[in-house]
This record gives sequence, C-alpha cells and structure tokens, in this order.
Amino acid sequence: MRIPMTEYLIIDLDTERWVCRICSQDLGDARGNYKEATLVYDRDPREIHQPIIDPERYEYTFSPDPGYCRILEYYCPGCATQIETEYLPPGHPPTVDMVWDIDALRAQWQARGTDPMTVVTYGPGEDVQRHTAHTHG
Amino acid sequence: MTAVHEPAAAELNPQEQDWVDQFMDETTLFLGPDPEIMRNHSICSRTELEEECIAEGIDPLEIDRIRKRLAGALDEGYEMCEAMGAAPGAKWGDLTTAIYTASGDVTYLSCHGVIAFSAILHHPIRYIMKYWRDEPTVGIHAGDGFIHNDARFGNVHNTDQSMIMPVIRDDKIIAWVAATIHEGENGACEPGGMPSGSETPFDDGLRMSPFKIVERGRLRRDLLTFLQHSVRDPKLQLADLKVKIGAVQRIMQRIDKIVDEVGVETFVAALRITVEDVEAEVRRRIRELPDGTVRFNQFMDSTLKENILIKLACSITVEGEKMTIDLRGTGPEILNRAINSPLCSVKSMMMQAILAFWWPDLPRCTSAMSPIEIISDEHTWADAGYDAPMGQSLQASFRGFSALQSSWAKLQFANPEKFSNVIAPWFNQINTFLWGGVTQHGDQVGNLCADLNGMPGGAKPFLDGEDAVSPLFCAMADTAEQEVMEEEVPFMQLVSKRLVRDNMGFGKHTGGMGYEMIVASEGTPLWGFMTVTSGAKFSSIYGMFGGYGCGTYPLARVKGVNVFDIVRKDPSRFDLSIEKVMNDRPFEGGTYLTDHMGLQFDVAKDGELYMIAQGAGGGYGDPLQRDPQAVVRDIELDRISPKVAREIFAVAYDPQTFVLDVEGTEALRAKARQERLRRGKPYAQFVEEFATPEPPKDLLYYGSWGDDTDELTATVFDIDGPKRVTAPLDQLPIVMIPDRRDLKVAALEARIRELEDKHGEVVHRKS
Ligand SMILES: [Zn+2]
Repeated sequence: MRIPMTEYLIIDLDTERWVCRICSQDLGDARGNYKEATLVYDRDPREIHQPIIDPERYEYTFSPDPGYCRILEYYCPGCATQIETEYLPPGHPPTVDMVWDIDALRAQWQARGTDPMTVVTYGPGEDVQRHTAHTHG
Repeated sequence: MTAVHEPAAAELNPQEQDWVDQFMDETTLFLGPDPEIMRNHSICSRTELEEECIAEGIDPLEIDRIRKRLAGALDEGYEMCEAMGAAPGAKWGDLTTAIYTASGDVTYLSCHGVIAFSAILHHPIRYIMKYWRDEPTVGIHAGDGFIHNDARFGNVHNTDQSMIMPVIRDDKIIAWVAATIHEGENGACEPGGMPSGSETPFDDGLRMSPFKIVERGRLRRDLLTFLQHSVRDPKLQLADLKVKIGAVQRIMQRIDKIVDEVGVETFVAALRITVEDVEAEVRRRIRELPDGTVRFNQFMDSTLKENILIKLACSITVEGEKMTIDLRGTGPEILNRAINSPLCSVKSMMMQAILAFWWPDLPRCTSAMSPIEIISDEHTWADAGYDAPMGQSLQASFRGFSALQSSWAKLQFANPEKFSNVIAPWFNQINTFLWGGVTQHGDQVGNLCADLNGMPGGAKPFLDGEDAVSPLFCAMADTAEQEVMEEEVPFMQLVSKRLVRDNMGFGKHTGGMGYEMIVASEGTPLWGFMTVTSGAKFSSIYGMFGGYGCGTYPLARVKGVNVFDIVRKDPSRFDLSIEKVMNDRPFEGGTYLTDHMGLQFDVAKDGELYMIAQGAGGGYGDPLQRDPQAVVRDIELDRISPKVAREIFAVAYDPQTFVLDVEGTEALRAKARQERLRRGKPYAQFVEEFATPEPPKDLLYYGSWGDDTDELTATVFDIDGPKRVTAPLDQLPIVMIPDRRDLKVAALEARIRELEDKHGEVVHRKS
C-alpha cells in the first residue's frame, strides 16, 4: 500500500520506504527523515527574492539579508524535483520536519479499507493543473 | 514577577504549608493574573446545574435550533458593532461577539469577525467568577458589565476591549455574553495601542484587569472618566463602550426570548452539550490524522528596534487521539522590547488557526483546543512573564498562528477526510501604517490603516493564493475605503493597493501578491506614522512542498521635501511607486531612506513620503512544475518580471507577442533540473559543511541552535558588552538590549577618536 504524504512524497508501506511521487526514486527508510536521501543546495536568498530597490544604495531592498537568511533547497536525486525548501539562519542545522509512525499508519489505513492513492486527491497530475488560476481566464 | 533564580527551599511539612497558605491568603497585596486560570486552556468540568439540566434529557434537534438562534443573535450583535463602532477596526470587522457557559467556556461566536478575540475570554470570565462573584465590594448582578483589556488577564493584545455581561435567571448565572472590539488607542507610549516602542509593561497603555464598569444597566461615569482621561481618543473610548453595551444587551434580549421559550434547563444543557460535543469531535478528528511528529521553526528578525534573530520552535506530535504542541526551544523573553507575548495570546492565535484553517466547520468553542496539550516554558518570548513589555505581542502570537497553520499541510495531507484545503503559509505580518496626532478637525487620535487586512493568502495544491485577500485573523475583514478615512484623518494614500511586481511566493501554484502603500500627511500641527512589523531581513513566511515564501519588506521614506508642492506645480510628476521613487530619486533635496519595519512614532512633515508594501502568501510546489502558460500570463499582466520568469520558472516566450515557446521552455527546464543535480549535495555531506556549532559570531541570536538541544543560545549584554551564552532557559541571564542610539553614539565616538589619532589632532574633552 502506498500513501501520498505530501505533494511529492509517498510512503510505501510494503517496503517501508519513502518514494518520490514523480519518478519513484527511493528516498530512504520511511521511519526516518526523507531529507537524508535528498540533494541539498544552500541558496542565496537574493537570487529568489530579488531586490526591487537598488542594493548598492539601500540596506533594505525586498531581498532577505544573506547574513541572516539562507534558503535550503531539497531536490529528488532521481528527477531533480524540488521536494521542499527551508528558510534558515546560516549554519542552523536543518529541521527534521516530519517523522511518521509507520505501524500506526498501517493500522489506520487497514481500518479505513480504502486505497490511499485514490482517496487522497491532492498531488501532481493533469487534473490539478487544470485549476491553475491564470489559465481559465 | 520577574524570575529571580533562588536556591530551592526545603520541603515544607503539611502544617507549615498550611501556615504559609494562610499567611499568603491574609496578606494578598492585590489580585493579579492567576496562573491557575492563565495556564489552563481546557474546558471546565460540568457544574451541578449543568449536570441537572443535562440529566433532564437532551434533544439534539432542539439543541441545534437553539445554537442556530444564538448564531443569529450573535451576528446581529456583531453587525451592530460593525455599523456603529467608532474604532476603525470595528468598521472593518476586527471584532466578535460570543456566548459563554457560566464557567466561561466559549460556546458560540458570531460567524464573522476575529475568532481569536473571543476564544480567549474564558480567562477573564473565570477570574471574575473566582474573585469578584463573592467579593462583597463587587458581586455579579443582572445588568452588570465587566470591561478588560490587559492580555496578562487573557486577551489577544491590549488594543482589544471587551464588554462582558452575565445572563442571570433565578439569581443564578447561566451564561455570559461578550463583545470584543479592536479599539486601537489605549494610552500606550505611542498612539494606536500597539506600540513597537514599549520597553516596560507600563509603556503598553491601559492595564485593565477585569472590573465592573456597568452596574445594573448603568455605565459608571467615574470609571468612564478615568478611562477617557487615560487615552488619546476620549470620543472613541465612550462611543465604543456604548456600542458594545448596546450590542450585548441586544444579544441578551434574544437570549431571554430563547430561555423563555425552552426553559433554563434546556438552554444551559444546549450550551454545555455544544462544548462537550466539539471536544469529542476534535478528539475524533485528531485520531484520523497520521501518528507522528511535524516540526516547524520560525525565525523573526527584529525587536522592532534592532535586527536580531529570535526563534519560535514548534513541534506537533499526534498519537491516537492525543495531540501535543511543544514550543520548547523558543527564544527567551527580551525584557525591554515589545515583541513578547503572554502564552494565552499565542494560544488565542493557535485557536485562530484551528477554527479558521483546520476545522472551520466546527462551532467555535473553547473545546476546539481543549484536548490539545501545549508545552511551553514561561519567560520565553512566546510565553512571557508578568514583567515583560508586550505592546507588539502580535509578533509572537502571529507566529503561534503560523506554526499551526503551516504544519497543518503536513499533518492533514494524507487524511482523506478534510475540512479545509491544504494551504501554504498565509502572510503573517500587519504591514500597515499606524498613525496618530491632531486631525484637520482638531481631534487627537491614534489608530491604524485597514491595509493590515490586505494579507495575501497561501497557495493551494490546485490553485494560486489570493492577492491581498484577508488577514490571518479574520476571513471577512474589509480593507476599507481610503477616501472615507481621508475625511477624518490628515493624510492621503498617494498610492493605494498597487501590486508590487514579483511580490509573491513562487511555486507550482503561487502565493497571493501584496500591494504597496505610499502616504503623506498635510495641514496638521502634529502628525506621525509608525510601522510595527518584522521581516525586513529574514522572510516572515515560508513555502510549502518546494514552493518559496515571501520576500522581505523595507520601510522606505523620503524626508525633507514636500511632494504635495511638487505635484501641485507639475501634476505630471504624480507617478509614484516605491521602485521608481527610491531608484530614480525624482524629488530634489529629499533624503531617501530605508529601514526595517519597526518605526516608532515618527513625526511626518507636510508632503514627506512613507512607503511600505504588503507581504505575500507562500508558494506551493516546485516552480519548475508551474503551468508555463500561467507564467506567461503573469508576465503579460506585469505580475512577474521577465527575469523571474526565466530564472525561477524557467519559461521561454516571445516578449513581443507573449506567446509561449514550448520547446524553449522544455529545454530551459531540463537544463534547470540538470543544474540542480549538479549543485545539490548529498544531505550528509551538506550538513557537514553547512551546519555550525553556534550562530554566526555577530548575529544577535535567541533560541535553541538546532533542535536536538535543551539549551538556548542568547547574546546578553554585561559590563564588557555583548556576550554569547548557551544555557537552559532557567539559567539564562535576563536579556535586555542596549539602546541602539547609545550604541550608535559610541560607534561614532570611536570613529572620531580613530580619525583624530590618524590626523594627529589632540582634543581635550571633559567627561
Ligand atoms: Zn523524483
């Protein structure tokens, strides 16, 4: 049984592994931290939140200060999908953002008796793309 | 009182403890906030009366009918406040009305308004019941009304004033009704009631513990006079007291009718059963979540005076029907800054997340949070002690909201039974202008612009977030008509509600956008503006599942030049945006400044420009998966820049025709993915290189460094200057930050000495 846990992550209860929802890449022990199987990049936040007023002349520009804020980008090593981002002070250890009780998860879904891949409707796919706000105008 | 770390006293035997208790009872100095009441957010157990009433039998349909009629009555009271309220906040819906059980548990709130306002009044009601009911000089009688505002006794923050009245039948209190409005002005050290400049609790303005201001239906003029005398806006203080009394009395009339029809027993049972049913349903809903732990850290970059980084740590653990929220690791309170919040206010904003973003369908009861355990250490900035200033407690409490709202996406994603959408983080700062001074009509006022209500929403798994849609604390608040405000206050919004390009959380679905505001005052003997938010160096909200958060937001000013004069002479120069004004500097002689968004009351001369922007909602999903057509549409509408389209979304298009280049986009995206694989490092290696044993040397950092520690890191200031310490909370020295102007003067003096030495100039100074 496979359970969609986030937009890009599945837990496969049979193998007890994290799996990428886009490319089926194995992402480690489902009882542990999926981040351990990802590729990580320390992004200068000014590249994402670009200055709107001149950084040569002003201290505050609409861009985060790289001395205060970094953006960690977590990529799937199989398909390079950006699974998660994390805003951290420079050097702060990354956060373990989810740890699930696999035995409880199994019992919960067995009790439900439904297929998680069918009843959890959020995720990548054509259906959700259709609802993008600026395409049905 | 401030914790002074004393050695543990020897254990007392029961007789000795008895003596101590008796002594303390007989020598109470005054009845301050009661920790037994303030630390507890659970519903009370059934009273005898409730037991009797419920024993008579319950008809669920009748209870539902009573509940619906109560909802109608509360909405009527709400609308009265909104239509008649004098406070700007009231006009835009920053208020609520609610009914409570006799013990003070919220049973039902008006459908509109700020859930958090009423989700916290069980504290003052319990205080009134515990201390004033049997107090011969006070007592509780039909027609009495209690007022209160101090968050130390249970409130969102000190701008909000409540009118709390008992429902009495046969000499028994059977319920309470209350109306709460964000009044704003409260006599604090700065106008508007939520001063970022407060450095002691006595700078926070009115400190109303719950007291009786209406006696058997009559407003006491002596106390009213005291209140009017204590605030900058005595008209507002009087007008809204009357409005709240009127609204509560109307609700009571409706309740009287219901009680006459169904009887006291059924009515009391209906209130209590609603509270109990919600608690049972919340336990059931928690049970349906996956068991596990979700963790969410936030970093706040400002005391509203200087830039720091202070952490709000949160982990949420679900185990069966038990949910535990653990805030340990959160930074210490800062004893001379306004950002601290009492725990009850943080909980009220957690309640806001629960009842607006988790389970918006539930009757809004105290019991919606009752089954959730909350672990927190007193004397952190999100659980501040009695002596901490808390003028801008929203800084901590809104992060309490974000902790729950953001974590919910992970907690509920795999649950097939959803009561709300998965949503990326909502914007969480009140990016607006507070103002105060003397108006064109000669009135002294202090309050704020409705633009705080223009917070953009987070993206959803299937939809972009809405632009400037509603504040996190009020789904249906209005951003108001600025032109109407301009009749009453001596400033104009020269630019109002123009979206700032690229100001969105990027993602597969983008977070909502925020707009900019440019204001200038004119024709007043005294006027000034304030801003009270953080997030100018560290983004205040983050993205979800690969999306990005918001950017950061400067305060920009042009001082020393009257822009009204310039545009009156040449109207063609009325073409303003923060980007144009700050980059082109079109007004000669002006001083162009940027600062963080903690601006204490700043005197505005005629025509000086003050410029800020609303934030952005968090993005959802990988931006490389965004529908390229949606990206091109955003460029065409000038919502995003060509640079962002290319660098963040990797989309190619014809800049003349805005036609998507499908193949070009595929190539750009394939290349972007290749680059990710090239630059991304395996996690273990990354952590090895990235993580450091402590924060960067010169950063004023407060909170746990990493999540695997029981110690907090803090920079404290002693006789030798700043010193970093790491210790458990109860062993940290008190944190007080030196005045930034003193630091600036010291730095300038040092520089002068350096230059004097360099040039061999000898100056004799006396000290
Ligand atoms: Zn993948």
